[in-house]
Amino acid sequence: MPGLLAKKLGMTNIYSEDGQIIPVTILEAGPCKVYAVKSKEKDGYESIQIGFSEKKEKKVNKAQLEVYKKAGLTPPRLLKEFRNFESGAFKVGDDIKVDIFQTGDKVKVSGKSKGKGFQGVVKRHGFSGVGGSTHGQSDRQRAPGSIGASSYPSRVFKGQRMAGRKGYESVTVRNLKVVKILADKNIIMVKGAVPGSINSIVAINK
Amino acid sequence: MDNLKEIVADQIRTDFPAFKTGDHIRVHVRVIEGDKERIQPFEGDVINIRGNGINKTFTVRKIASGVGVERIFSYSSPKIAKVEIIREGKVRRAKLFYLRSLSGKAARIKDKNLK
Repeated sequence: MPGLLAKKLGMTNIYSEDGQIIPVTILEAGPCKVYAVKSKEKDGYESIQIGFSEKKEKKVNKAQLEVYKKAGLTPPRLLKEFRNFESGAFKVGDDIKVDIFQTGDKVKVSGKSKGKGFQGVVKRHGFSGVGGSTHGQSDRQRAPGSIGASSYPSRVFKGQRMAGRKGYESVTVRNLKVVKILADKNIIMVKGAVPGSINSIVAINK
Repeated sequence: MDNLKEIVADQIRTDFPAFKTGDHIRVHVRVIEGDKERIQPFEGDVINIRGNGINKTFTVRKIASGVGVERIFSYSSPKIAKVEIIREGKVRRAKLFYLRSLSGKAARIKDKNLK
């Protein structure tokens, strides 16, 4: 079973049949087009590459543009490869729609998280800061503390967690339940939050 | 955002009479006990209506055995069977939280239709 690429539209609530409020993320999923099929004989593994949404032709480099033209398709906003399923059922140019999912399915949603900019260690790594604000102490509440010992090793070890850019990294949320599917509008609703900002593209996997 | 509202538009209820803050209403709530379902009324004054769309809620306050009881209902909840307006109130506020600090005669709301 392949996955789908989807655009995050935002979050809202819906009611379950017994009157419970379910927080849902609304995703505009597909229709995705198959851009390439990889086979065991030729590529050593089976997969398909699917693309979603559209990109201006001038924003695509020439080499890549030729690949799309060969497939007879327009450039997608995002192209992604899906593995671990029988790829024989698909050929280039096929549409993949939300009907591959059913209400009640558990899905994996992957995307790029929201960028948070340059952040300190408390927010970025969950440090607890150094100390209190009293007893003459100042400016230490969100400090990282010691970053290493003294004469040995006389340097800071690689991988020491420090302040820096946070966010905009790949995040996968697993076991999200599909609450509702509106096949005519290509809408899929999953319970809970998914990574990324509104209008960002995420991949839905079974 | 408008797109989102459209998608959940079928979830929003529009079948209640238009009650306002200050009105005395009776809310018929579906209660499920075991495998049986029955209707339980909750009667009181509307002291708060907030939110919009699917997130709209209202608060009903009543005095039960001398104790103030408030219940917050989701406007679009399928658990509400019916809403009846019993008396329309004449109030000058949108939120009637001041009623919480009043009791007895002072906590009454004037009837809008009473001349």
